[in-house]
Amino acid sequence: MPTLTVNGQEVTVEDGATVLQACEAAGAEIPRFCYHERLSIAGNCRMCLVEMEKAPKPIASCAMPAGDGMVIHTDTEYVKKAREGVMEFLLINHPLDCPICDQGGECDLQDQSVAYGTGESRYQENKRAVNDKDIGPLISTTMTRCIHCMRCVRFSTEVAGFQEMGSIWRGEHTEVTTYLEGLLDSEMSGNVIDLCPVGALTSKPYAFTARSWELKKVETVDVMDAVGSNIRLDTRGNEVMRVLPVLNEEINEEWISDKTRFHYDGLKKRRLDRPYVRKSGKLQAVEWGDAFLAMQKALKGVKGDQIAAVVGPMADMESMFALKGLLNSMGSEKIESRLCGAEIDTKVRASYLFNTTIEGIEQADYCLIIGANPRLEATLVNSRLRKAVVENGLAVANVGPELDLTFSVNELGDDPKVLESILSGDHDAAKALKKAKKPMLILGEGALRHKSGKAILAHARDIADTYGLIADGWNGFNVLHSAASQVGALDLGLTVEGNMAALRDDAANIKVFFNLGEDDTDLSAFNKSFKIYIGSHGDAGAASADVVLPGSAYSEKSGTYINMEGRVQRSAKAVFAPGAAREDWSIFRAFSEVIGNALPYNDLNELRKHMADVCPHVMTLDVAPTAEWNKFGRKAKIAGEALSVGGDNYYRSNPIARASKILADCENARNGIIEEATGTNG
Amino acid sequence: MLQDKDRIFTNLYGFQSFGLKAAKARGDWDGTKALLEKGKDWIISEMKDSGLRGRGGAGFPTGLKWSFMPKENPDGGPSYLVVNADEGEPGTCKDREIMRHDPHKLIEGCLIAGFAMNASAAYIYIRGEFHEEADALEVAIEEAYADGLIGKNACKSGYDLDVYVHRGAGAYICGEETALIESLEGKKGQPRLKPPFPANVGVWGRPTTVNNVESIAVAPTILRRGASWFSGLGRPNNTGTKLFCISGHVNNPCNVEEEMGIPLKELIEKHCGGVRGGWDNLMAVIPGGSSVPVLPKDICDTVLMDFDSLRDVQSGLGTAAVIVMDKSTDIVRAITRLSAFYKHESCGQCTPCREGTGWMWRMMERLCAGNAELEEIDMLLDVSKKIEGHTICALGDAAAWPIQGLMRHFRGEVEQRIADYKSRVAAE
Repeated sequence: MPTLTVNGQEVTVEDGATVLQACEAAGAEIPRFCYHERLSIAGNCRMCLVEMEKAPKPIASCAMPAGDGMVIHTDTEYVKKAREGVMEFLLINHPLDCPICDQGGECDLQDQSVAYGTGESRYQENKRAVNDKDIGPLISTTMTRCIHCMRCVRFSTEVAGFQEMGSIWRGEHTEVTTYLEGLLDSEMSGNVIDLCPVGALTSKPYAFTARSWELKKVETVDVMDAVGSNIRLDTRGNEVMRVLPVLNEEINEEWISDKTRFHYDGLKKRRLDRPYVRKSGKLQAVEWGDAFLAMQKALKGVKGDQIAAVVGPMADMESMFALKGLLNSMGSEKIESRLCGAEIDTKVRASYLFNTTIEGIEQADYCLIIGANPRLEATLVNSRLRKAVVENGLAVANVGPELDLTFSVNELGDDPKVLESILSGDHDAAKALKKAKKPMLILGEGALRHKSGKAILAHARDIADTYGLIADGWNGFNVLHSAASQVGALDLGLTVEGNMAALRDDAANIKVFFNLGEDDTDLSAFNKSFKIYIGSHGDAGAASADVVLPGSAYSEKSGTYINMEGRVQRSAKAVFAPGAAREDWSIFRAFSEVIGNALPYNDLNELRKHMADVCPHVMTLDVAPTAEWNKFGRKAKIAGEALSVGGDNYYRSNPIARASKILADCENARNGIIEEATGTNG
Repeated sequence: MLQDKDRIFTNLYGFQSFGLKAAKARGDWDGTKALLEKGKDWIISEMKDSGLRGRGGAGFPTGLKWSFMPKENPDGGPSYLVVNADEGEPGTCKDREIMRHDPHKLIEGCLIAGFAMNASAAYIYIRGEFHEEADALEVAIEEAYADGLIGKNACKSGYDLDVYVHRGAGAYICGEETALIESLEGKKGQPRLKPPFPANVGVWGRPTTVNNVESIAVAPTILRRGASWFSGLGRPNNTGTKLFCISGHVNNPCNVEEEMGIPLKELIEKHCGGVRGGWDNLMAVIPGGSSVPVLPKDICDTVLMDFDSLRDVQSGLGTAAVIVMDKSTDIVRAITRLSAFYKHESCGQCTPCREGTGWMWRMMERLCAGNAELEEIDMLLDVSKKIEGHTICALGDAAAWPIQGLMRHFRGEVEQRIADYKSRVAAE
């Protein structure tokens, strides 16, 4: 623990800390461009120069390890001169086109040139110009603005795990590029937009649409997957203009996936903004009262067990709770959330949570993935795995189809029977598990929806017990969900005995079928039922419904979501739902009154109090819980049928994503489809 | 003047074969085994006592550098010796002569230095343009392997050392030791941040020492003839002999081995047939390769050629590449050409050098024509000061110094040019 003096103040820092960190600990602000806490140290921008006594020249504080007895000055004329010099060099070839630059207002170069520059230029020669690069539909490049901090290059190679970005040429001709100007083939690529300290890399879809200072910022939770990334919706008027990450060390650090960042145009397209009722085979726009009347008519004389419901991937807990209350009041218990058919049940909470926690992955030294593709099903979990692989030497083995996870994986084949030999100790992976100090396994939906799903679950449980995955302060048993609503739904007990299969078998008996935002599962078995769709987008579910009730997207309501770790988070209302659309829970509350059996709450707070009676932990926000370990699963032989994993429809995995043109462009770019831009095309 | 008996590089001019047989006849590989048997500590202390300072330009004591290497690696991993044969400093042409005509001196030096620092391999990183030199070196290494001088149980000493030649691609920056290491590892040649220094984290993360060709090649002779012989030559703290490369406006440009501390005037008069048109026709000398500041004639009259004397006149010995310019020289144009060189060779990694070298060159181009304001001279000096000492490696300094030297001694010339330009424009 070295002790140094910064501007006359003594400060003690951790071993291995840098002078820059010591200065910050002493409260001295150090300007920087290339330095970033989560990336390797480059030391190339030279903005962080400080004066160290006895050193012949200024030192780069970001790269210099703090040493005992160092005497540092950050506020002397000497340091001021050094900073002014670097600032001047950075600006001589920078185009200073701030008025037309999207980074304007939130630009490190702008801010720091105000704070540390001289305010004038002595440069009279011609400025350098650099050709822009085409690196795909997400990132707009203006490479003349590049200050060569190499943050994007370091991020892509170190965090995201793709090697395409780098610098070519040398000296003042240095250019950051993808060499062949290829597409950035990564689900994390959008983060380079945030990392770029200038306007060289900006968001292509957001280009020229808003200025940062016009935007209202609302912090909320992402629902594109079950990670629960913390995000910020920047809105102007009633429109979401962009999505940015919010720092949460325990979940997404400061990254988000491309789907999270760029789905937002889908919030404005294909929206259901008024109720519809199917009349003579065609959906026709009606008033709310008419829609409720049609539903009331359909429910007339229907018995409780003739009513069923399913909930989709982006439903908030409040809506699901209200729907459950509505069904219960009509005498039905048939409400299902495991649309993919995953063989999990609600008896033991630890059996369906990501118990290790996302941050906990960093401690693991062995990870067995079974039937999951974390890169596409939960991108931020995959980036934690990659971090653990790079920094902690985590070894990863995979049972399932071969995966490209951006790090090397020991492929054990796609036959789940291999779990039997791992459990009996015959397999090499068994030895590795035994040797590991903190082993973990990740069970994906691909494994749980397998026809031996229950047996696979039981085997995974036994592997966890046998090989020390369950220890004091460590639970290495994890289920990887892909739907943001899944854990909350399970906590509310939205399951039917016998799973989706039983519900389908029962379809002939179902007279009225509620569908809360599920568009991806084949529900044609219920075609004979009277189908009521409650959701935000005009997707598959609405198209086949008899009554369509317009609900709110996640950005338009305050809702509770429980992520795959079991962490309760609450989203915030950033904009208003379009037209006649309402918050989903209030639709059920209103309809319950129409049928004369009003649900016992009038606002969200009351609803949440009732929900807490069933599910007390929903009031404990932002904490990753520890769930009690117990017996679960059903012991049986595993059928030798190949595992499959999700994620092949990464850019089209939910109604919002499907409505997004940006994500459609991504999918096309990835598949090599380039849109023709000529006037005669199409 | 150095006597013939004290010469180390006895085949500098290639009058004899570079092959093993001829090298042995010149005394190379004589009793190498006995030298090794005296032990690592003896070799390092002998090198320290000899006062040899690194011949690559910075003049860091070679023995001290060797002593920084860990005696034994606790993790049992390897250490490396890297020989910097990326001789790219304009004006310098000494290492290529060693490798072309006396490669066995270098290879024997590798064995001894490698042994002293417990290296498991020696890499000779040779400049890409040195085709013939690399060929000669490879032939010599083959010969040494075949004769059991290097490789397994080198010279029957029980010590194993492999020697590899790695050809660079001709970037000046790869002569900087950490950029050289990056390049050797197959990466883009860009200097690393120090600390950590190569002695702790070098090639492939292992302890590494990077030495100049000349520093390594003189080591066997020093050990054979004794530290006191070497330290008896030259001046205190600037001992031994040195290869000088004299080019430019002299009657007989040459490479010559001389004692450290020889007066510049004597060096030029004795070995090069004097300045073209006589000593009084001398305008300036760059005494140590393109990066050191230029010296005007009045300093050249008396200055001694060694590290400390040249430092005292705000220049440097550098690589001892003496560039002589007579009065026909357009000194501003000459320094501008050097600025263009540094702009071209900047690696582009860190800001002051990447942006500043281009700026300085463009200003120099205008000053060359006189198309500038008088205040811009001070501004140029200020810019050069903001590059110097603010960069990751010393290329920023190297780009700044020639301009500072020019303005220090020939400012009047530049001012005259500006005045001439102004009157010319006014007349038009």
